[in-house]
Amino acid sequence: MPVSEGDTGRAPVLRARGVTVELGGRTVLSGVDLTLCPGEVIAVLGANGSGKSTLVRASIGLVARRSGTVELFGTPLEHFRERARLGYVPQRSNESTGVPATVREVVLSGRLARRRFVGPASRADRAASERAIELVGLSDLVRRPVTELSGGQHQRTLIARALASEPELLVMDEPLAGVDAGSAAQLALTVGDLVAAGTAVLLVEHDLGPLTPVVDRAVVVDHGRVVFDGPAADAPAEHVHHHPHAGEPARLEPLPGEGVL
Amino acid sequence: MLELLDYPFMRLALAAAVVTGITAPAIGTFLVQRRLALLGDGIGHVALTGVALGLLTGTAPLLTAVVAATLGALAIELLRAYARTSGDVALAMLFYGGLAGGVMLINLAGDSAAKLNSYLFGSIVTVDASELTVVAILGALVLTVVAAATPQLFAVCQDEDHARVSGVPVRLYGILIAVLAAITITVAMRTVGLLLVSALMVVPVAAAQQVARSFRGTHLLAMALGLFAAVTGVVTSFEIDTQPGPTIVLTALASFAVLAAARGALALTRRRKRRPLELG
Repeated sequence: MPVSEGDTGRAPVLRARGVTVELGGRTVLSGVDLTLCPGEVIAVLGANGSGKSTLVRASIGLVARRSGTVELFGTPLEHFRERARLGYVPQRSNESTGVPATVREVVLSGRLARRRFVGPASRADRAASERAIELVGLSDLVRRPVTELSGGQHQRTLIARALASEPELLVMDEPLAGVDAGSAAQLALTVGDLVAAGTAVLLVEHDLGPLTPVVDRAVVVDHGRVVFDGPAADAPAEHVHHHPHAGEPARLEPLPGEGVL
Repeated sequence: MLELLDYPFMRLALAAAVVTGITAPAIGTFLVQRRLALLGDGIGHVALTGVALGLLTGTAPLLTAVVAATLGALAIELLRAYARTSGDVALAMLFYGGLAGGVMLINLAGDSAAKLNSYLFGSIVTVDASELTVVAILGALVLTVVAAATPQLFAVCQDEDHARVSGVPVRLYGILIAVLAAITITVAMRTVGLLLVSALMVVPVAAAQQVARSFRGTHLLAMALGLFAAVTGVVTSFEIDTQPGPTIVLTALASFAVLAAARGALALTRRRKRRPLELG
């Protein structure tokens, strides 16, 4: 299969074709294409309710598609088993906090795709978790319950969890939401380091802010369609910041039965 | 006080209490983490229908209760996953259906209110050796599965989306949690009774959370507190001649109150230390 995007000759990290998603009877995405090459950083931008988050969630199988195809590392999503190659940083609000859990415990759960099915975490699992924690600069907070962290620290914990599996693709859903300016700048540095090490990144954001320099391409979604795909600096701002038709987001929580895996 | 060990029925009762006390919080921790603290209650009510079916057909009520509770747990998980009904409405329907069905069938079986009472509030001192065997086997089964699957269960309960992206079959583990809860409820049925069973799954966890800061710490401390409450409750009920089930639950609640107060006192002294000048 010829790969038109990128010149590496390798299969794209992510390739979505004609993705259409309906949620609760409403068409949220209609026929969207998205291709991400190894080492590339794409930001999906758009107003609340534009479908940008749904596009990314559909790309990793968290939202069922009505039609269209998604391939991860050249494998159809339905048959994709090498889960460790994919790191996911969800929106912070989705995490349950019924029982306390420390930074170390949460990050170690990022090793699930790599660790043995039964039995304690191996030395390699622990070492990878500690490396990921160090990378996001939380080494002195490993024993802290995540509920006692600031927004920025919590976000970095979730990034470390995604990094613990040593992924080749990092998917981040609004990584800067609820993060103060100082932490946002540090997050941007962390992402920059990852990109320099060859990790491809797909992120959803309202406003790129300090992340702007690390982003190769911006994809702007509006009313469930891609209306711009090009350099981040050229992205039409009016679609990103204010939109006359956009109300509040339709939902932040997934519908029951959304998952397709 | 050790004289109670002279009574064979008390030895059986204490053994059943040990199994129940450890097992209930072991799975209860995941229910609390998943914010399904009341799931145990819903399943407990359904188990009553199972008990009634056992009495009606002359089968061992413990076994019919396991089957009914497991089916009820599956129904709740499937309703949560697929139906448009919200989780709490699904639970409520099972509560009422299970309780009404159980009481009606027990009436039909011609059994007395005392019999019904013994399942609703437990009657640990009437546990016989064969029942204890079933309780011990089921308890060991739950503990083994929990110990083996803790990383996956933790991930699913902490962040379902992330677990799904990591390739964990989230729905399967949801069902596993519900089924383990159902088995635990039948284990605890003779000890604390179906109406109070959920308390032993939830209260020790809430108590452990007052002082523990990690998931593992909460999990282990909850099991220790569950064990403490179950054994202390049985001994106390023997000494002051009360029903064991409610005594166990009140002991668990008391441990919660003590730990919550200790936490409050600790927070207060820490705050004072941070502002030493104000001590005057």
